[in-house]
Amino acid sequence: MDNLQILLQAPIFSVQLLIDGLMIGAIFALAAYGMALVWGVMNIIDIAQGEYVMLGGFITFSLNRVGINPFLGIPVSFAALFVIGWILYRIVINRIVERDMFVSILATFGISILLQQLMSQIFGADIQTVESGLGTTFIFDNQITISQIKMVSFVLALAIGVVLVIFMRKSRLGRAIRATAQNARAARILGIDTDRVYAVTFSLNAAICGAAGALVVMTWVVQPYMGLAYTVRSFLIITVAGFGNIATVIVSGLGLGVAEIFAGFLLGTEFQMAFIFSLLVAILVWRSIRLRRKRQVLR
Amino acid sequence: MSAIMSVRHTFIGALAGGVAAVTLAAMPVGAKAAGDTITLGAAVSFTGKYATNGTHTKNGYDLAIKRVNEMGGVNVGGKKYKLAIKYYDDESTPARGAQLAERLIKQDGVKFMLGPYSSGMTKAMAPIAEKYKIPMVEGNGASRSLFNKGYKYLFAVLSTSEQYLAEAINLAAQNAGKLGKKPDQLTVALAMQNDPFSQDIRAGVLSDIKRYKMKVVIDDKLPKELNDMTVTLTKVKALKPDLLIVSGHSKGAALAIRQVAAMKVDTAMLAMTHCEAAKVQDKFPKKSDYTLCATQWAETMSYKDKWFGTAKQYADRFRKAYPDYTVIPYQAAESSASVLVYVNAFKRAGSLDTKKVRDALAATNLQTFYGNVKFAPTGQNIAKPMALRQIINGKYVVVAPAKWAESPVVFPKPKWSQR
Amino acid sequence: MSARQKTDGRKLTLYAAIAGLSIAAPFIMPNFYIQLSYLWLMVLFALTWDVVGGQMGYNSFGNIVFFGLGMYVTAVTQRDLYYTINEYATVAGRVDALTPRQYLTGLSLGLGMSAVAGVLLALILGVLVLRLRGHYFAISTLGIGFAAGDIAGGIDYIGAGSGLVTPVFPSGLGERGLFYYFLFLILAVAAFLTFKWIYSTRFGLAINAIRDDEDKAEAMGINTTRYKVLAWTVAAFFLALAGGATGNLIGFIDPVDTAFAGATFGVWMILMAILGGKGTIWGPVIGAVIFQITQELFWTFLLGWQRVALGALIIAIVVFFPQGIMGFVRHNWPELLGHRIEAREEEEAA
Repeated sequence: MDNLQILLQAPIFSVQLLIDGLMIGAIFALAAYGMALVWGVMNIIDIAQGEYVMLGGFITFSLNRVGINPFLGIPVSFAALFVIGWILYRIVINRIVERDMFVSILATFGISILLQQLMSQIFGADIQTVESGLGTTFIFDNQITISQIKMVSFVLALAIGVVLVIFMRKSRLGRAIRATAQNARAARILGIDTDRVYAVTFSLNAAICGAAGALVVMTWVVQPYMGLAYTVRSFLIITVAGFGNIATVIVSGLGLGVAEIFAGFLLGTEFQMAFIFSLLVAILVWRSIRLRRKRQVLR
Repeated sequence: MSAIMSVRHTFIGALAGGVAAVTLAAMPVGAKAAGDTITLGAAVSFTGKYATNGTHTKNGYDLAIKRVNEMGGVNVGGKKYKLAIKYYDDESTPARGAQLAERLIKQDGVKFMLGPYSSGMTKAMAPIAEKYKIPMVEGNGASRSLFNKGYKYLFAVLSTSEQYLAEAINLAAQNAGKLGKKPDQLTVALAMQNDPFSQDIRAGVLSDIKRYKMKVVIDDKLPKELNDMTVTLTKVKALKPDLLIVSGHSKGAALAIRQVAAMKVDTAMLAMTHCEAAKVQDKFPKKSDYTLCATQWAETMSYKDKWFGTAKQYADRFRKAYPDYTVIPYQAAESSASVLVYVNAFKRAGSLDTKKVRDALAATNLQTFYGNVKFAPTGQNIAKPMALRQIINGKYVVVAPAKWAESPVVFPKPKWSQR
Repeated sequence: MSARQKTDGRKLTLYAAIAGLSIAAPFIMPNFYIQLSYLWLMVLFALTWDVVGGQMGYNSFGNIVFFGLGMYVTAVTQRDLYYTINEYATVAGRVDALTPRQYLTGLSLGLGMSAVAGVLLALILGVLVLRLRGHYFAISTLGIGFAAGDIAGGIDYIGAGSGLVTPVFPSGLGERGLFYYFLFLILAVAAFLTFKWIYSTRFGLAINAIRDDEDKAEAMGINTTRYKVLAWTVAAFFLALAGGATGNLIGFIDPVDTAFAGATFGVWMILMAILGGKGTIWGPVIGAVIFQITQELFWTFLLGWQRVALGALIIAIVVFFPQGIMGFVRHNWPELLGHRIEAREEEEAA
């Protein structure tokens, strides 16, 4: 394969791909944290995940249009999406929380269509982007370039991950959330307002995605139909990582980013996604074979 | 017993009612070409991924209709007619578009169709117009595969896809000496989105590359949901081709410009499509300089016609009608031109018989503010070349074809380290 | 007449009415061929999804792969029988590209090959993926659906990203709209009857058992793997045929938008089955009809906002109507469906 030759002859480019893969993966991991929470705590798979990212991007874009610094968009999008998440919870999600998970998939699919089309009507289907004003760092004589905004995203993604872990461990609300995740009924008996826990969890998910969206609009582009790509990748990450542990989510996210970039380089960009999905199916099937074997042993 | 009967009856009645409602709801309203109005049919993308360009298309159609009606309408065989358009939203989905074409022709009785936006949509609708022998004049489907099928009822006013970046290859070949190379020593990198339109452009570029015997060192098919061009650009940095050709609609244009600058990718030439649609000159002011942009039309070209005057006058009129625009996208211009072609054909045909109009269309030889229009037997416009503009200091400057060049091309593109 | 005979009599009338309406429809509404064909396509989608989803409890998001596969296999067969790829590119849009005989041969052979391909794919995928449970199954199938679209976009033989055009309907075979309407009608009716029959056999009981409690079913000695794969195979059979027919109806095949249209058809099939009532034989049919009619109404009257309305509708269905229409009817008017309520029976007898 010629592409492999390139990497073998000039390993420096592998480094470039690796760095970019990690940074891209970090943003995907950011979008995935919340999904892990919502899935783990509320047993809901939120297909509208990518749409929250999209909304965050558009909010930051709109702010930028009236002259506000896009970096302020990060906290603003966070807050705005928190509110939107809360509203969605109150209107739709609280009715489907303790039901079949499958119902959540469809309901959130409806929400995702609604949001996509609404944004398309409001902003048009055009791509939008915002200049962050940050430049690029060059090392090794311009051979390796690190886009500074991507670096910021990377650091922020890790930081938010750490904050989340601390929040879940140390804060009262965090512990309430974990208790509800373990056993909702028991939590209620112990006096935890599970409805509130659910609302916060769901809104937190949307908020984190909103912040991710602010980063996305500065790093790449946003358009109303971009959401699916993020939802799908969040799925992939969570499926591989499981939803117990924020750390595994970060690692899986980074891994996915790197795998995608290398797959695209070596196999050709048109097979990039197909490779990732096949990988996912392979992992799931392999896991279930291992489980089967365990079951057989127990027989 | 009776309670059950009534429930069942209600159930069936509701179902029947629903069916009846749909039938009534969709009955054709009015006849087309009744009285003094000729109604053209158009399925355009108001929603979905083509919505933005679909809107440009609609605005182009509407402006032309308005102008023609303002000037008294069209004279067909002694009688004056006004023009009108019946629109449907094809949702950027070919299946929908095909349904709608059928609907416009069969239910709404439309006798003359205007094209949708994009080659994919046109590919879905052309066979239907052809089947019912309804002429379709389109300005937004450039794929050359539309014109090798022997369609007799399809007419396209725009330059076809293989012409899009051909001028860039020509230009590179002509200027190869500046790199100290011969044309057949130039190397090319292609990054084209994996959709019908971009792949057609690729086919066109490839045949020109073959002509000059240049070498293709990168040939990437970018997935539609792609967000990041790092993979392709890393390859470019590794292999150092002379030319980088990108076609990925607005998203591809924006990503390419941003990331080429971010990664400081140096190539002698960067040529792409959809620069104007992505507004790269506004969004990336310095980074977009020296990029070559293919365009069907530019306000600075010297074409003119009796309805709109010169290209510039058309642009001014458009801006007046739609104040949100600063640069007029060529999608709008070619849509307006489609209407003008019909007006000219109606007049020459002297009748509204579809066959006669079709024959009149086939014999078109007309200059519009958009360009010259003359159709080959297979329906494409053979009288209008594609133009190439280079962004210099944030402004688009026509550099090819030579006849309309405002200034010579800057080649090779200055290196990032020198900017 | 006993109550049972009365119910059967009413059922027969209902069937006759539907049959009559279906056959007469294209003649009553001659400009609606495509919409009506789509109606039967939706019925097919809903029914084939329900056998694995509603009846068996395996919620598949990837049934669209069989549809897309069928679409491509038929189109490629139709092309390759008579033309090389390059010749076809120049000739594809012509009405005289194929003689009526060639067209019919190509179509029949194509559909046959699609069915075979669908079945084979279901066997292969089934063995791999049906071992996963619950939402892991759902996600894997979602992944397969997406991957298929991308992979198809990379294969030049089937047109890659540029898509594939199916041959034009030749003159001499009558009205194209009617031809395809009846093709879809026959497919839908065949699917309906097939499913109705198998649900009444041991197979139906077995897949319901799998849905209700798979481990117990296995413990009882049911070969769950065999039944699971078989169910998916039957669904794949009809989906592949539907795909081949749809490719010819639309005329242009785009790998992601038309063939492996996971985000549209792929999800709608689930919605329709749920709307009508999953796990019943009539549920998917009713759901499909109502969904299609509602879509058409939205799209005619809410131009521009139709997708927003669709999103809202989906939410409403799922949140407020999870049992679907059949579930609703069964809950409130069980007699209608032939269920006997003992108390009322006594009343009638008295």
